[in-house]
Amino acid sequence: MPSLLLSRRDVEFLLYEWLPTQKLLGSDAYGDLDRETVDDLLDLAERLATDKFANHNHRNDVEEPTFDGNTVTVNEAVAPALAAYYEAGFGGLSMSAEVGGIEMPSVISQVIGMWFSAANVATSGYSFLTRANANLLMAYGTPEQIERWVPPMIEGRYLGTMCLSEPQAGSSLSDITTRAELQPDGTYRIRGNKMWISGGDHDLSDNIVHLVLARVPGAPAGVKGISLFIVPKKRDDGSSNDVSLAGLNHKMGQRGLTNCLLNFGENDGSVGYLVGEENNGLAYMFHMMNEARIGVGSAAVAQGYAGYLHALDYAKTRPQGRPVGAKDPNAPMVPIIEHADVRRMLLASKAYVEGGLALELYCGLLVDELESGDDPESTNLLLEILTPIAKSWPSQWCLAANDHAIQVYGGYGYTREYPVEQMWRDNRLNAIHEGTHGIQALDLLGRKVTMNSGAALSVLAQRMQATIERAKGAGGSPAMHAEALTSRLKRMLEVTAALWADRNVESALADATTYLEAVGHVVVAWLWLDVELAATGDEDFYAGKRLAAEYFFTRELPKVDSMFDVLAAQDNLYVNLDEAVF
Amino acid sequence: MKIAVCVKQVPDTWAEKKLRDDDSTLDREAADGVMNELDEYAVEEALRLAEANGGEVVVVTMGPERAAETVRKALSMGADAGVHLVDDSLHGSDALATSYALAEVLAARNFDLVIFGSESTDARMSVVPAMVAERLGLPQVTFAQKVDVDGSKVAIQRQTEYGYDDVEAELPAVVSVVEKINEPRYPSFKGIMAAKKKPVETLTVADAGLDAAKLGATAAWTKVASFAARPPKAAGTVVTDEGDGGAKIATYLTEQKFV
Ligand SMILES: Cc1cc2nc3c(=O)[nH]c(=O)nc-3n(C[C@H](O)[C@H](O)[C@H](O)COP(=O)(O)OP(=O)(O)OC[C@H]3O[C@@H](n4cnc5c(N)ncnc54)[C@H](O)[C@@H]3O)c2cc1C
Ligand SMILES: Cc1cc2nc3c(=O)[nH]c(=O)nc-3n(C[C@H](O)[C@H](O)[C@H](O)COP(=O)(O)OP(=O)(O)OC[C@H]3O[C@@H](n4cnc5c(N)ncnc54)[C@H](O)[C@@H]3O)c2cc1C
Repeated sequence: MPSLLLSRRDVEFLLYEWLPTQKLLGSDAYGDLDRETVDDLLDLAERLATDKFANHNHRNDVEEPTFDGNTVTVNEAVAPALAAYYEAGFGGLSMSAEVGGIEMPSVISQVIGMWFSAANVATSGYSFLTRANANLLMAYGTPEQIERWVPPMIEGRYLGTMCLSEPQAGSSLSDITTRAELQPDGTYRIRGNKMWISGGDHDLSDNIVHLVLARVPGAPAGVKGISLFIVPKKRDDGSSNDVSLAGLNHKMGQRGLTNCLLNFGENDGSVGYLVGEENNGLAYMFHMMNEARIGVGSAAVAQGYAGYLHALDYAKTRPQGRPVGAKDPNAPMVPIIEHADVRRMLLASKAYVEGGLALELYCGLLVDELESGDDPESTNLLLEILTPIAKSWPSQWCLAANDHAIQVYGGYGYTREYPVEQMWRDNRLNAIHEGTHGIQALDLLGRKVTMNSGAALSVLAQRMQATIERAKGAGGSPAMHAEALTSRLKRMLEVTAALWADRNVESALADATTYLEAVGHVVVAWLWLDVELAATGDEDFYAGKRLAAEYFFTRELPKVDSMFDVLAAQDNLYVNLDEAVF
Repeated sequence: MKIAVCVKQVPDTWAEKKLRDDDSTLDREAADGVMNELDEYAVEEALRLAEANGGEVVVVTMGPERAAETVRKALSMGADAGVHLVDDSLHGSDALATSYALAEVLAARNFDLVIFGSESTDARMSVVPAMVAERLGLPQVTFAQKVDVDGSKVAIQRQTEYGYDDVEAELPAVVSVVEKINEPRYPSFKGIMAAKKKPVETLTVADAGLDAAKLGATAAWTKVASFAARPPKAAGTVVTDEGDGGAKIATYLTEQKFV
């Protein structure tokens, strides 16, 4: 059966018929990696994700990890899944060959990650965090640190975490209070509490490598006083490193992935090793931020995509009701996919998840083009401005696809016997972690749009304009869509200028989230137009792409008009209100 | 020890299989091709034997251009080299012709052990291993659920309806395996990357020194006289329970000869 997790056909269309991935594969950077080999790797990812990860996605949800006061036990199916993953070599994905990794374009490893996210976001979470951790050490660790910690993380003998958040400091990392004191031997002693740590404790690996943000004594206040440390769960001699689990958080979704409140250094202090220089820790952590945020967006797409494919499958087989014009009550019921309203939900979902996939792969390729492209400066600007959208748009709209999937399943969708409600819960996290939706909005409107005197916005506008020109040349429906996009692009630039006209930060950012959502829709409309131009074939597949583009331009893009109206009015509704009104 | 594994590319198991209108052969373009599932077990067993006893594993396939994917798959699992017999004149070959072609290719390469899956999911003849053994004049030990090689002997557990028989043969020999024998490994990343660099010999009928008159549809001993698409699913029978539902169902099952 074709997979209900992700569409291989769509992935290949976007990679090879829409984006210039082929060119990237042919470049020297990836040696003899070619399409055939990539196809085999994607086959392997799909098969492993299906056999070893999707098989226990539901169990992971209903049988949460437990903590008996001493040890954490996760579902018994998690360890074999991770073992198979590491045995196949996925732990070294896109890592340097020197440490036993396999160099791979970021856009390809992103697709590989999506198979695992779609199959089981909780189990794959352990490995994703480990890879993020190892990547960071590769970039900033000393050769000794790399040698000590990275190979075991590539092999899956150690798993890794990212310890940024604290109970009192989530969005505002400048307020973290975990302390690190230098010892005569050059190591540090870490003391403090870390909250929300995914994969923070478990029985799945020989050691857990925490990357911890903390302050050294006398560090400057704010983000410029944060340092980064490697803090293992166990010391070299196997004894405890004084990292203790205060408790597991009981989450709405992604339940198979432990989420922990960790206490560091309650007794003799946790031994920590400084990464890079003191007070530079947040910069190291955020170096990988574009990729991490694109990763979150991709996970949201994967979850939405699986929901859509399940709903589509269900709608074809669930008989219910008769056509609105049917007179004979004895006529057989029709599959619900024949009802206009069900088609509405399916087409909207298709436009969200396929548009989301296009957005993530486009951004993934930009990451690669930073290294290999002709114009790294523009690429970087474009990546900067698109990143908050790549993170937040799918977190919102692919979640909406999960919501539609529940609706298409009717009452069954609301039960835990069917998979679609879990997908919604699993996906709901994506608007919260790695910078909340609101924080992404501030990033877009407060930083990205204004950076280098608006240079990033200009690059984005140029790219959109280029697509518009091609679409006008193509005539027909792309030309009509080009016209619709032209007016919204113009509006977007006008409103952006108006918001910043008096340089008043408070009023400019008063409705930043509305701005994020409007610009997100304009960006995705642009990508749909670009995709439409590539979808010229006769097969149903291409017709489906063109129809989804039509849906987006007639049903979604017009929504931005009222958002831009609100923004243009600059009424400061939320800023000025008196809290007493609540 | 030199081990050959014969593998076949078949249409993906889930896909609806179609026969071609022009020559009544299977339409291999209509669906994605995959390695015949039982052949994965054969490859796995060959790899295990080579790992345990030392030696080389060569995958052998006969099939159209795209069957090269199946050779590559076996190489990415760990096989050392491949032989791909590909030629338009092979199209439409029956089991006899296939066994002739494979036997010739194998004979020219002196293997100690030849391993097959016990049947393919497309044709389901289950005779090619036996035919090849006969043509090579080698002992055949089939339906193996366990294989051990000791010096010059191969010992298998031959799966039967009542359990298994212990069967032994002198090497060289032909073995066919059943699903129970092992759990095939996944290819690995490194295996996939390495597969590209492994030697694959691509042979035409002439290269292999085969007699074209014995191959292809014209030489086939079997012919498809006619065929028809499976009729669409008929409406089901609704049994209304009026206190006698159980009896009605029993009658229905008896009528259909299910019980
Ligand atoms: C399941 C899960 C897994 C996680 N995994 C990890 C992990 O592995 N490692 C890690 O370090 N952290 C992790 N986190 C923490 C996550 O990054 C934080 O929850 C997130 O950054 C938000 O912080 P907070 O929960 O303290 O919410 P708060 O910061 O208190 O935010 C609450 C609300 O206020 C808004 N808000 C806050 N500040 C502002 C502002 N300045 N302007 C406008 N609005 C604002 C937010 O947008 C949000 O809507 C995880 C969280 C969850 C739920
Ligand atoms: C928690 C819960 C409590 C419930 N409690 C009760 C109760 O106490 N008593 C009771 O009798 N029932 C109860 N129900 C049943 C509930 O009313 C049905 O689930 C609901 O009517 C939908 O029917 P369905 O689940 O069969 O979905 P379906 O009818 O199969 O609908 C599936 C999808 O197809 C669409 N669809 C179906 N037909 C058409 C059509 N003709 N045109 C357009 N779209 C169509 C639907 O809108 C939906 O999106 C409950 C359900 C739940 C989940």
